[in-house]
Amino acid sequence: MHPVRKRRLMIVLFIVLFSSVAVGLVVYGLSGNINLFYPPAEVVAGKAPVGQSIRVGGMVVDGSIQRASDSLRVAFELTDYSGTVPVVYEGILPDLFDEGQGAVAAGQLDANGVLQATEILAKHDENYMPPEVAEALEASGKAPPGAGSGS
Amino acid sequence: MIAEIGHFALILALCVALLLALVPAWGCLVGNQRAMGMAPSLAVGLLLFSLIAFACLATVFLQDDFSVALVANNSNTLLPDAYKFSAVWGNHEGSLLLWVLILAGWTAAVAVFSAQLPLIVLARVLAVMGAISVGFLSFSIFTSNPFSRLLPNTPMEGMDLNPLLQDPGLIIHPPILYMGYVGFSVAFAFAIAALWGGRLDAAWARWSRPWTNVAWAFLTLGIMLGSWWAYYELGWGGWWFWDPVENASFMPWLAGTALVHSLAVTEKRGLFKSWTVLLALFAFSLSLLGTFLVRSGVLTSVHAFATDPARGLFILVFLAIVVGGSLVLFALRAPAVSSRVRFEWLSRDTLLLFNNVVFLVATITVLFGTLFPLIMDAFGQGKYSVGPPYFNTVFVPLMALLVPFMGIGPISRWKRDTARRWQAELLLPALVALICGLTLPLFGGEDYNVWVAIALVMAFWLTFGLLRDLWHRCGAKLSGLRRLSPSYWGMVLAHLGFAAAIIGVVLASQYSEERDLRMEAGQSETLAGYRFQLLEVARVRGPNYVADEARFEVSRDGKLIARLAPQKRHYLAGGSMMTEAAIDAGLWRDIYVAMGEAVGEGGWAIRLHYKPMVRWMWLGAILMGAGGLLTVADRRYRGRKQPASDTVEAGAHAGAA
Repeated sequence: MHPVRKRRLMIVLFIVLFSSVAVGLVVYGLSGNINLFYPPAEVVAGKAPVGQSIRVGGMVVDGSIQRASDSLRVAFELTDYSGTVPVVYEGILPDLFDEGQGAVAAGQLDANGVLQATEILAKHDENYMPPEVAEALEASGKAPPGAGSGS
Repeated sequence: MIAEIGHFALILALCVALLLALVPAWGCLVGNQRAMGMAPSLAVGLLLFSLIAFACLATVFLQDDFSVALVANNSNTLLPDAYKFSAVWGNHEGSLLLWVLILAGWTAAVAVFSAQLPLIVLARVLAVMGAISVGFLSFSIFTSNPFSRLLPNTPMEGMDLNPLLQDPGLIIHPPILYMGYVGFSVAFAFAIAALWGGRLDAAWARWSRPWTNVAWAFLTLGIMLGSWWAYYELGWGGWWFWDPVENASFMPWLAGTALVHSLAVTEKRGLFKSWTVLLALFAFSLSLLGTFLVRSGVLTSVHAFATDPARGLFILVFLAIVVGGSLVLFALRAPAVSSRVRFEWLSRDTLLLFNNVVFLVATITVLFGTLFPLIMDAFGQGKYSVGPPYFNTVFVPLMALLVPFMGIGPISRWKRDTARRWQAELLLPALVALICGLTLPLFGGEDYNVWVAIALVMAFWLTFGLLRDLWHRCGAKLSGLRRLSPSYWGMVLAHLGFAAAIIGVVLASQYSEERDLRMEAGQSETLAGYRFQLLEVARVRGPNYVADEARFEVSRDGKLIARLAPQKRHYLAGGSMMTEAAIDAGLWRDIYVAMGEAVGEGGWAIRLHYKPMVRWMWLGAILMGAGGLLTVADRRYRGRKQPASDTVEAGAHAGAA
């Protein structure tokens, strides 16, 4: 084969090999590490998978936050006013987490329908609500007054 | 009144930018010397008016003029003056004005420091930069005017700056980051000018290179400052979250890193010309994409100030024009400038090509992970989020693949090299790196940590390879060190910085210990051999907040190490809560304490961290930035006017990447 062609072939082979490695890494990385958002109503309806990483977002139900006295274990409920999901979390809550405010919990559903959260995200400032939460509330037709998607 | 002057100056800046984009360009087309000659003065004028606009905005912030909507929404009389000033860019409109100012600054810098450029090239470069300025100035004036008034309902008091942004790190982080972001516009303008003129040669690379290096250095420092800020200010003790907005600045950095290396090949060997141009277009397009992602509000983040569809649409159209236009130009012109220089497989050329492929693939995987949720949402496939595990899985192996070759790079020769020479040169460094890297983790902890061992081997491999190369180049004499060029020293510093960053990232991730727990006054806990005693929780008052302060004494083996006082702040104006972590910093380890919320009965949620070597990562980034800046001192970038001829230094052993 002509040396120039040979070199081109090598380059093409190298690129093909390298990009398949990269694509493989991407697929492998994506397979275990993305999670889908579910509004509480869908979780209650049994549409969310058990034992997989998911996110659930809604408003924290007034009076639902219960703390353990000897650890950082906390239980609360998230609602979109048409369904309510109990959440358990152990750790430090974000600064802006509070009852009656929007929050997103990431974790896995257990067999009893309780979300075992590994991460809690709360809104960043007074007027802000996670867009997923705002949409979930809108979808359930119970958006609280003045709660837009962002400031 | 001042706000109106600022607004007027901004409009004048737009007019000057229009002139800058059109007049020299027309001059280039018809060959009118006087029109081309106007470009530098117009560039300086653009800077002048942008500076006036910016100074006016800063003044209304410092004067607490709440009749200006931006001030009323983002400042407060209680705010310390330094934060009133940084509040100028702690919001969408103001940060855009900062962007405009820095772009004008770069444009004027090109006009002033490019005396050696042929006039036609300078005029083309400045015209392209003027056109970019037109885009951003009209974005500012038509969709996000920073000077709009709140009349007649002027509030008595402002709504305060987001407390997260009230921090010294945030005074310098955005300007430095923008210096880098916007700085790639210079590389972009040079690339467009080269395509326009149809001349891409070593001289072009030599002109473009110092600007690219400086922009890259600022971007490195800016990202480092952002990471450092997130570490101490967000109260999580994390330093990189793969947050979309972090990615928005990281992608241009990755592409820029490829560009910096590719430019080296183009300058020294006249190779990869089209490729280098494409990278320059790509790096700036990613800067714009980052702006779009951050400013349009399609992404949720601390940085997303504003969600306004009109703004998103504007940037999207601008992005389409810039990316589409430059790619069309590239498609039309690139074949005319391709090169016919040969090189062998074993050569520095190949190694740098490999560097480019790795960095480009890394850029694309990060881009994919960042855009994946947007794509899925757009197709109605649900709301996904792609978390740090994805990015780590993809990014870490790519970088690990890079390092073995990176160690060979500095010592290798252009055009042709031999495996035998590499072996002779690098066998010793490789063996020493292996021995050091594999034995050191034995002292690190109870269990032998394989990842730490791999990271150490890599870092030592880079370091010893560089030392070997240094030893050669200075002729085995210390006095020889002075003869090495600044650009070589820049490369050494940046590569050492990369090695330090590897050590910092891997050791901090592997050896960190952290615990979230409930603590009461008088209680003590032990973490990683350090005893944390909570003495008391007290109320304290700051200039614009009240805070609960937990007072800790940290001791080790009965010896007092540090007194730490993390705070939970309640800001008076906005009513928001903020965590202020307390850190005992050190070169070898950080001790980090943050407060969570009160959990009843005098108990507080407390987060304790022990983070070894975490500073090395930022230290490494500082070295990389310093290296990038140092290269500019090289004499060959400051020559007299040179003819734009193809001066390829073929087969040279002299000089550095």
